[in-house]
Amino acid sequence: MPGITREEVAHLARLSRLELKAEELDHFAEQLDVIIGAVARVSDVAAEDVPPTSHPLPLTNVMRPDEVRPSLTPQEALSGAPAQEQQRFKVPQILGED
Amino acid sequence: MTVTELVSYEDALATFEPVMGLEVHVELGTKTKMFCGCSTALGAEPNSQTCPTCLGLPGSLPVVNAAGVESAIKIGLALHCEIAEWCRFARKNYFYPDMPKNFQTSQYDEPIAFNGYLDVQLEDGEIFRVEIERAHMEEDTGKSTHVGGATGRIHGASHSLLDYNRAGIPLIEIVTKPITGAGERAPEVAKAYVAELRELIRSLGVSEARMEMGQMRCDVNLSLMPKGADRFGTRSETKNVNSLRSVERATRYEIMRHAAVLTSGGTIVQETRHFHEDDGSTTSGRIKEEAEDYRYFPEPDLVPVAPARAWVEELRKGLPELPRVRRNRLREEWGVSQHDMQSILNAGAVDLIEATIEAGADSAAARKWWMGELARRANEEGVALSALPVTPAQVARIAALVADGSLNDKLARQVFEGVLAGEGEPDEVVEKRGLKLVSDDSALGTAVDEAIAANAAIADKIRGGKVAAAGALVGAVMKATRGQADAARVRELILEKLGVEG
Repeated sequence: MPGITREEVAHLARLSRLELKAEELDHFAEQLDVIIGAVARVSDVAAEDVPPTSHPLPLTNVMRPDEVRPSLTPQEALSGAPAQEQQRFKVPQILGED
Repeated sequence: MTVTELVSYEDALATFEPVMGLEVHVELGTKTKMFCGCSTALGAEPNSQTCPTCLGLPGSLPVVNAAGVESAIKIGLALHCEIAEWCRFARKNYFYPDMPKNFQTSQYDEPIAFNGYLDVQLEDGEIFRVEIERAHMEEDTGKSTHVGGATGRIHGASHSLLDYNRAGIPLIEIVTKPITGAGERAPEVAKAYVAELRELIRSLGVSEARMEMGQMRCDVNLSLMPKGADRFGTRSETKNVNSLRSVERATRYEIMRHAAVLTSGGTIVQETRHFHEDDGSTTSGRIKEEAEDYRYFPEPDLVPVAPARAWVEELRKGLPELPRVRRNRLREEWGVSQHDMQSILNAGAVDLIEATIEAGADSAAARKWWMGELARRANEEGVALSALPVTPAQVARIAALVADGSLNDKLARQVFEGVLAGEGEPDEVVEKRGLKLVSDDSALGTAVDEAIAANAAIADKIRGGKVAAAGALVGAVMKATRGQADAARVRELILEKLGVEG
């Protein structure tokens, strides 16, 4: 049984900047536990002769030549920004006073 | 923030053995970013070199830049590394606005190059081998501007502005194994390593590696352990130490700070630290444990890189002579001391002098002009030697004019002045400014006669055998001809006219 704790969910939520309520922590801990359990069953099936796979296609070395392609205009790039200033993306304060 | 009383460097080294780990990031000089075709050209207006991929927009897909991979392999080979047969990219997840994707595409446990070394030469000629753990491919972040705080610091800023032109530019991160046994020379070794790495990167042509432009950046990990101990102490990581001098200073400062904490019974906190150029100190940044939860996993959008052995061997064959080997060869060819060669290197004059010699100058003349007159000019104008508007071919031509007696050093300096001022090729400057050395006897004869007439007492001394006094008359002739006389010929004429054997 892999087991995921409420504390681990809280930690992940913090890393992901998600604000979760107390009941959500319990709820997700339970759900994530089920998901991890399901994924773990793959390990039971995969024997030594099955290598871990991160890509489903048997491809390597997909590369492009070092040739410049058109970029977006600054206006296009910024069109989805919630806020902008001086042709830059404006983001809230990163660090507090302390 | 705690203010630390430092322990003197000597006392620190009497008790402790420093252990270093250096992480250097090199921005590659490719035309495009690592995973998209956006230009990497410097100086573009903000957010004019971005696309859905480097902005992390949904649905966009990265494709690896072949030139980035090739550069990484070249760097690995030059560092005597093994090149991975197969390796993957990984996502390094973190939540910070300098990366719009909220992860940096990097490599985790499968770097493209690993297990190498770089031999560095210290000032006194000693060779110190720095072992390389790995060199891996990743991408640079965007550039933040912090608004509303004091002098652009992130602390106290009300908000920040992001320019993503730099986000996605290829970086190679080169990590050393723990460097032990350097003892009191640790700061010098750190500096020499970064300097040698910079030369190496430049010689490969994969980056200009200009630290002042942020094209090469160094993080210094340092810990101390009691002499004779076999377990490393807790380390600090001083980030963004961005000049050779700063690498040396930061290492030295951290040795003294760690020693102070440890000898007073304290413990070193594993943290990142910021280096301050103004006073050479470091201050606490973030606590490392909290920040290090990167949740790496294989990048699903990029397939593995498996460099064919034939390609790797072809790149190995194309490697240039290593900078240290080349420097030693040139040093012997030029017949200069270790110390002089170091000065030439520091001045950025090695390539220029070599090219000047190739253009026909002898090595003494090439060194003399680049390290003398031209170094002085570059220094005055605050530019790199290579940025002066004079070519090695022009320097060689001026040296040739001096060698064949058409110019003396004084006139040659005026020719340099003309060339640097954009007045044309050396011969044109000589022509336009009328700088030909006068060695024609009839033209000089009058000036010599006048000098003898005006300095009768000196002339008598010379007649009486005091040949050394001729210098004063030569000086008078040089003055009268505004320095354009051939001094050696003037001296001969004076002695001839006074009937004395030289």
